[in-house]
Amino acid sequence: MPVAEIAPQLSVRFTEATLDYQDRRVWGDLSLEFDEPSFVAILGPNGSGKTSLLRVILGLTPLSSGGVEVLGEAPRRGNPGIGYVPQHQSFDQDLPLRGRDLVQLGIDGHRWGIGRPSSAARKRVAEVIEAVEATPYADAPIGRLSGGEQQRLRIAQAIVGDPRLLLCDEPLASLDLRYQQEITKLIGDWQRRTRRTVLFVTHDVNPILNLVDRVLFVVNGRWAAGTPDEVLTSERMSDLYGSHVDVLRVHGRILVVSDSTGSGFELEEPHHLPDIHDGPGPHARSAP
Amino acid sequence: MDQLIHLLGYPFVQNAIAAGIVIAIVSGIVSRFVVARNMAFAVHALAELGFTGSAGAILIGVSPVIGLMTGSMITAIFIGTLGVRVRERDAVVGVVMAFGLGLGVLFLTLYPHYANEAISILFGTITGVSRSDVVLLVAIGALTLFALAVVYRPLTFATVDPEVAEARGVPVGALAIAFLLIMAAAVAEAVQVVGVLLILTLLITPGASAERLTARPGRAAVYSVAIALTCVLGGILLALVTNIAVSVYVTSLSFVLYLGSRFLVGPTLLGREQRRPDLGS
Repeated sequence: MPVAEIAPQLSVRFTEATLDYQDRRVWGDLSLEFDEPSFVAILGPNGSGKTSLLRVILGLTPLSSGGVEVLGEAPRRGNPGIGYVPQHQSFDQDLPLRGRDLVQLGIDGHRWGIGRPSSAARKRVAEVIEAVEATPYADAPIGRLSGGEQQRLRIAQAIVGDPRLLLCDEPLASLDLRYQQEITKLIGDWQRRTRRTVLFVTHDVNPILNLVDRVLFVVNGRWAAGTPDEVLTSERMSDLYGSHVDVLRVHGRILVVSDSTGSGFELEEPHHLPDIHDGPGPHARSAP
Repeated sequence: MDQLIHLLGYPFVQNAIAAGIVIAIVSGIVSRFVVARNMAFAVHALAELGFTGSAGAILIGVSPVIGLMTGSMITAIFIGTLGVRVRERDAVVGVVMAFGLGLGVLFLTLYPHYANEAISILFGTITGVSRSDVVLLVAIGALTLFALAVVYRPLTFATVDPEVAEARGVPVGALAIAFLLIMAAAVAEAVQVVGVLLILTLLITPGASAERLTARPGRAAVYSVAIALTCVLGGILLALVTNIAVSVYVTSLSFVLYLGSRFLVGPTLLGREQRRPDLGS
């Protein structure tokens, strides 16, 4: 019966899920599901539990109550169906590790033993490095590459195992605008080509606005989910924050601004605005 | 040269060389992880409390090698369980080390004829190891290498990329404790050659030199072992011929090799690696 093929594959389902941390409610009564394929932006201010949400899906943090289902099963550590791109943190300059080694770790780094990569694994690593256009610098010490180059290799590492679900935790943070655009395009292209699901944690929705089809916004232990147009409105945001909030659309970008200074949260970081028309800019790629 | 060949016939020299080879291989591999995980201070603490352990062992009439091993293992467990977060680790190491050294002083005072043993543990006496010590050291070394082989890949992952390693299911916390125990065993081994006070010459320098020579993890391990072997065996042979302490030569050799790797050979080798991207391995 072709029904099974037509039925959408469930990526993640939360059922009345609640997470407490040291007597504090991080978020509560979260009930939602994402089917394949989706590109989901997980938004919210710092400390609102976005990373915790990913850790629950990864099986690293248990829920306080409620249920969660990941790719049709209970979350478990090291689920091979999940790829993970962390926030960009520079590698040490002298670390004896090449980009190629980093990607290789994405295939078998969790296995015991010394391990010599098979020729099939090496070929797969080379393919993925080529797919993210990192071949020219894949054999240089990874700590000597630019932030954008390192992040490309991290994406290669995350997708080398052909995951069904790609979790990205602020992958654009501390990258300049040109690299933000490159990395966004890379993840977006992968998602469209493979028709898999991406959960993309970010404090700024604008770089990925044209890719996103669902938004999950978490703040003060509460949440809202839906399409960007449903969720990112003054009414929904004011309700969520519990105070008056304006959602402004300026030049196709979204800004969430609170009228009480200090407690406000801006989705857009103002210092990015002047860069938008600059194009590739002067940040020359540092050739290894 | 004749003198050297003559000396190689003596059992105490053969013992020293056999133990030295095992110790150098263990040190070479462990030192790479010590450098990459920023654990120089912890190594130092393991060694100094190994001293306390061996002082205690002599006091109750047990082999100092076993005392050393026990002292550094207990310290490893303390550091591993109390210093979970990186930031608190150094503080815990300091706290534990200070108390442990105090105990060492106590043992020294309780045992009046201790001066010679104390000097040899502090500065190393590889040429004084007995046949039974060699057997013990080879056994500890073989076990350590086996343990390292088992955890090698996930430990590498957890060292260079802890966040993704955790997300991929690598038991990062358990590996940190496992590595401390491996380090404790390596310390007990390396102390035999260079002593407690000069431990870093074998557990830091080879790894630090190797990462100046290559960006490839596997090759770095080979270089690191080769450097440790050169230092230990070179040190033993030079000490035999000249009658100056082994640790003097080991520390000098390792320092020269580090400078050479960093300023002479390293830049050329690293540059060559990068000019010819190798798509195969």
